[in-house]
Amino acid sequence: MSANLSAIFYLISGILFILALRGLSSPETSRQGNFFGVLGMVIAITVTFLSIGNYSSGFIYVLIFLLIGGLIGTFIAYKIPMTAMPELVAGFHSLVGLAAVFVAIAAFLNPEAFNLGTIGNINLGSLIEMSIGAAVGAITFSGSIIAFLKLQGIMSGAPITFKGQHPLNALILISIVVLTYLLCSTQSSNFFWILLAVSFLIGFLLIVPIGGADMPVVISMLNSYSGWAAAGIGFTLENSALIITGALVGSSGAILSYIMCKSMNRSFFSVILGGFGTTDQISSSSQNKEQRPVKSGSAEDGAFLMKNASSVIIVPGYGMAVAQAQHALREMVDTLKKNDIKVTYAIHPVAGRMPGHMNVLLAEANVPYDEVFELEEINNDFANADVAYVIGANDVTNPAAKTDPQSPIYGMPILDVEKCKSVLFVKRSLSPGYAGIDNDLFYKENTLMLFADAKKMTEDITKNL
Amino acid sequence: MEIDPFIFRLSIFILSIFIGYYVVWSVTPSLHTPLMSVTNAISSVIIVGAIIAGLSGDSENIFNSSSIFGFMAISLAAINIFGGFLVTQRMLQMYKKKKKDN
Repeated sequence: MSANLSAIFYLISGILFILALRGLSSPETSRQGNFFGVLGMVIAITVTFLSIGNYSSGFIYVLIFLLIGGLIGTFIAYKIPMTAMPELVAGFHSLVGLAAVFVAIAAFLNPEAFNLGTIGNINLGSLIEMSIGAAVGAITFSGSIIAFLKLQGIMSGAPITFKGQHPLNALILISIVVLTYLLCSTQSSNFFWILLAVSFLIGFLLIVPIGGADMPVVISMLNSYSGWAAAGIGFTLENSALIITGALVGSSGAILSYIMCKSMNRSFFSVILGGFGTTDQISSSSQNKEQRPVKSGSAEDGAFLMKNASSVIIVPGYGMAVAQAQHALREMVDTLKKNDIKVTYAIHPVAGRMPGHMNVLLAEANVPYDEVFELEEINNDFANADVAYVIGANDVTNPAAKTDPQSPIYGMPILDVEKCKSVLFVKRSLSPGYAGIDNDLFYKENTLMLFADAKKMTEDITKNL
Repeated sequence: MEIDPFIFRLSIFILSIFIGYYVVWSVTPSLHTPLMSVTNAISSVIIVGAIIAGLSGDSENIFNSSSIFGFMAISLAAINIFGGFLVTQRMLQMYKKKKKDN
């Protein structure tokens, strides 16, 4: 296949990837979009085989390795529980990053195969592109590994900070630029390996200080990085499918990061610098926590309030995911609906550990997506609702974000749960949320705390309805 | 003076960023998780580079240092391609509208 013809097919596959993302503008078109994505991938891979046209040597091995990866991927895709989606996405990001690094290494070791020149004499432009792709890929890999470990709970979700962190990171980032320059001027492979090692290190150091509550931003950011890494390699390979995809994924991740930061009223920069939710914030807020009285109740009390309501709004959060309470919740809602009670769901953009996390869990529990609303769509409805059922959410309902300029979450858009006639707050204890701050909502007159595991409490309420 | 082909690739890249910007803003927030998993899958089109590296050896020397990295990258990218598209499909199948009668 001629180079021109294959370039046209790569362009087609790039367009199909654009259509794949376009399909996600609504659930109805999304499945078709996913099909376009698969089609684009099949075209890209087929064209690559046809354009190389060398089936004698490694072809069978390429197929074997493709099959191994494919089987592992298929196995994971069907086995993974929906609650583990943030970990899975972080894990997938790390694989894209590592694949980018490996392709860059392969191209560096054998530039002839990629038409980039010869060893020790690689075209300057290609070498720069390759270095950028490799460095960003390495950062994506090690950063995603840390994010994965934090999300899995293998590593503490608390931010890990140490003195001199920022100067050290700045120094490493400068050294990456210097190493790229040295690599390009000397073509020495030593600089290439050091560049990779330093990039792995900085990815690790960048994510370690970022706390659990900021994970939605981190995941989106790493999503973006994986795109830029792919684009860097795309320039090296002169492949338009890869360049288009890299740009799409890069901007997609960047937009998601922006949405997440805005929903937390935090600047992207302050998230990156990390350290949110450290211990000194907890201690400062506990000073004014002079044993205020809370009303706590049982499942019967909760069921009584809901039975007498005409409209109920459910506010799910990360705690629902942890307790795997989404199915129990749907059953409770079914019972409520049988009693002619209007039920809707309100989702804060940063509820959970990644963008859209709650929506997926509710969809898994067969909640129709037209009963699920975003913050702006539903926030005015709280004033007219009888009961808000807060299950596993905390910081996103904290009125301190509006009233207390001292609060670390001041200015963050919140769900106006306190405007409801009564609030049922399912929580295991009075402990603060991930931001490490107390929630005034616990002590409000119209709040009833239901201290229990989210799943168990929801099931008990259903029994009492 | 001739234009460097790099400039054309750069044009594709920058225009694609703009396309990405507008397309992603139109993605409904409830599908942000499938968005992330599908972007994972499509960015694994990096597999084309891995295949080139994997096929770079000659018949006496199929496993050279470069092709070994290529083979490993093929497997990693394939995990993402199959895993990413299938898990996206699995999620999207769950998004249902309210049933008319119930």
